[in-house]
Amino acid sequence: MTLPPYAGLLGVTLELVDGLPEIVMPFGHHVVGRPGYLQGGAIAGLLEVAAVAAVRHALAAETARIKPINATVDFMRGGRDHVTRAAGEITRLGARIATVTAVAWQDDRARPIASARMNYLIERATG
Amino acid sequence: MDWDPTAMARYLLETPSVAGHGGRLGQRYHAHGVGWIEVAQPWHEDLVGDEETGIIASGPIIALMDVATSLAVWHRCATFVAHATLDLRIDYLRPARPRQIVIGRGECLRVTRSIAFTRGIAHDGDPADPIAQVAATFMATAGNYPRVAA
Repeated sequence: MTLPPYAGLLGVTLELVDGLPEIVMPFGHHVVGRPGYLQGGAIAGLLEVAAVAAVRHALAAETARIKPINATVDFMRGGRDHVTRAAGEITRLGARIATVTAVAWQDDRARPIASARMNYLIERATG
Repeated sequence: MDWDPTAMARYLLETPSVAGHGGRLGQRYHAHGVGWIEVAQPWHEDLVGDEETGIIASGPIIALMDVATSLAVWHRCATFVAHATLDLRIDYLRPARPRQIVIGRGECLRVTRSIAFTRGIAHDGDPADPIAQVAATFMATAGNYPRVAA
């Protein structure tokens, strides 16, 4: 699985943890909002990359375009000067729509800094 | 000190030592009027989410709308207030056009002591044909928002 150019801007990498994709984002000035904290948009971007990676993983070898329909992001804690990890969990993968919940955390996955629910339109290659 | 939304937006987005993520994305102040403020996101290859189409990823659009709606709260309060985004909902009404600048327009609907309610749109030239619509809420993190006339 290759990540889009935007993942390079965020400075994130993909790791497989127990066979499932996790996206890892080091802290840096390029993702900071208010001093010392991650910008909400950078956290949302990380969640988005994780959600798309989860859909790509679920589609496996199938060729498809994944178009975002909407996203609802909840910010639970400030993102501090630590590595942030994110993973998407597929709630439902249908013929046309994928619903994904993505979670971002720092030290403890049970204490998320943000989560998002996202809907994607799946356009599968025909023929 | 008099409230100057242009100076505030430029300070936050265009001062290298301050403008972390927004600076990396290349966002800059665009315009403001009574009850609204706009931030611009120029297209750049780094922002692409789908290499086949060249369409900008949704992350930079959310970052743009987070900044635009945040500025809209301060614009309504006519002062800076330390706050954090509580939640943000975005609907992608249509794809952004590749290589086109995206404008994020934020409006603040109401400010209570602790919470500010906003909405916004992203467009690429015509506000009547938006790319996305957004609803975001913020919470004051150090004390309260000032009293603002309804």
